[in-house]
Amino acid sequence: MSRLPLHLIIVGIALLWMTPAFGLLTSSFRDAAAVANSGWWTAFQTPFDFTLENYQDVLSQNRMGMSFINSLIISIPGTVIPILVASYAAFAFAWMRFRGREALFIFVVALLVVPVQMTLIPVLRLLTDIKLAGSFPAIWLAHTAYGLPFAIFLLRNFFGALPRELLESAYLDGASNFRVFFRLVLPLSVPALASLAIFQFLWVWNDLLVALVILQDPSKVPMTVTITNLVSSYGTQWQLLTSAAFISMMLPLVIFFALQRYFVQGILTGAVKG
Amino acid sequence: MRGRLIPWIWLLPAFLFIAVFLVYPVIDTLRISFMNDDSSAYIGLENYQFVFTNSATQSALLNNILWLALFTVLAVGLGLIIAVLTGRIRYESLAKAAIFIPMAISFVAAAVIWRFMYAFKPEGFTQIGLVNAAGTGVGLEPIAWLVEHQLPYVDQLLPMPLHTNNFALIAVGVWMWTGFAMVVLSAGLKGIPTEVVEAARVDGASEWQIFWRIILPILSPTIAVVATTLVIQALKKFDMVWVMTAGNYGTDVVATLMFKEMFNFGDFGRAAALAVILLAAILPIMLITIRRFRRQEETR
Repeated sequence: MSRLPLHLIIVGIALLWMTPAFGLLTSSFRDAAAVANSGWWTAFQTPFDFTLENYQDVLSQNRMGMSFINSLIISIPGTVIPILVASYAAFAFAWMRFRGREALFIFVVALLVVPVQMTLIPVLRLLTDIKLAGSFPAIWLAHTAYGLPFAIFLLRNFFGALPRELLESAYLDGASNFRVFFRLVLPLSVPALASLAIFQFLWVWNDLLVALVILQDPSKVPMTVTITNLVSSYGTQWQLLTSAAFISMMLPLVIFFALQRYFVQGILTGAVKG
Repeated sequence: MRGRLIPWIWLLPAFLFIAVFLVYPVIDTLRISFMNDDSSAYIGLENYQFVFTNSATQSALLNNILWLALFTVLAVGLGLIIAVLTGRIRYESLAKAAIFIPMAISFVAAAVIWRFMYAFKPEGFTQIGLVNAAGTGVGLEPIAWLVEHQLPYVDQLLPMPLHTNNFALIAVGVWMWTGFAMVVLSAGLKGIPTEVVEAARVDGASEWQIFWRIILPILSPTIAVVATTLVIQALKKFDMVWVMTAGNYGTDVVATLMFKEMFNFGDFGRAAALAVILLAAILPIMLITIRRFRRQEETR
């Protein structure tokens, strides 16, 4: 009985936290007039009047369909390339001896917190000079670089914790670095790779700033940019904005619910990511 | 000789990226910050002088400080409270998931969600935003949360204007990041050996004393980790402010102002100076992070 206030507080906070997103979801299924003239919380009374029209509209007219594809085109290579590149470096940091290893790794740790703003102007100029600005490869390269310090940091810590005897016996059996890396280290590191992939994917999928700076062509922009443009041109057309926002949230939410364990693990190992 | 080269071959791809997209740009941004708008001539410290004397940039700096203080304290505080409370119930993971969900979505989506929450209609019209509907429901006047920025009564006493609509934006940041603080702190809490807490309980310590005297001191390194992450977030804040207000009505922060200097005013010198100020503010955190990493390495 004395625990009742505890339960009330927790349930209250949890409901409070869910309410804003729930309002968005509800509004995205109501027609324009209803959204504009009554609160979304009044929708839960008979007659129920929900519609899929907003989604049809926003997907067909406002470039949302194309932006969804663009977001995928940007995010998938933007996740795979940095993880691959980082895992080579992390392998060297974890299992090879070379001069300056520690200093170099501390340099990577320092890069973890460098704000992306500090790189935007020269990166934009560089990409413009080599005629890459505005292209998908440009943003893949940028996201690869920006994701690397965290990816190297996380993977090196995980690789370094693998059982030493296992790797040593593989080397004694005459396995090459290449073989040890692909046949032993990577397969054993699936949990860390999964955490990292989720992180990097959400990071790129949810990014606005880098896309705004590097991709100007409206036919190539991801959903975050398209929604931002919708907000500035149709700021009060809530039926459109809410459904557009929900389309952009769907994939992150699916990933979150399906892979929550890895997501949390990634957060715990990488609490320093800037 | 060949063997010595092997590690560098494995490191090469990563460090090529890092050199081209991180190291060179940071150095170049430093250089650009001492140059004029199109980087054709050096102008000394003029950009920095501008940033610290212009009222728009001063206001942005102040807003960042506001973000830094309020956002960090509220997200850590709430995260800690929720972590402690949810540690005592059976449906812990469910309750935590509810608070953690905003971490997965973009700042852009969160901005849409909260623009809708803060939606404003003049008095006499039906409020479609939940915040104003709740407010008018208990007899308050509707408020344009993202626009109004005057603090009643005390405004003229302040040395420079404090734009209260920033609080509305900071609340959204807290909504998004409390889950992060909660998850990390909750893991920290689980690491505290139960015998320690039990022993204190046997000795007659109250729950309150246990929290302040035992849990908090043991947890303080974890709190520091969380706080540094949040401080970096607060300093770099861009997306959310950009989508919610575009920095209008006195809500600009350094990052949004930098974006405007680049693309609206075409002054890359001033934009670079703003970026350098961000980096300078983050520098102490960089040192703390390195030191913490070194200590962890020693205990590995």
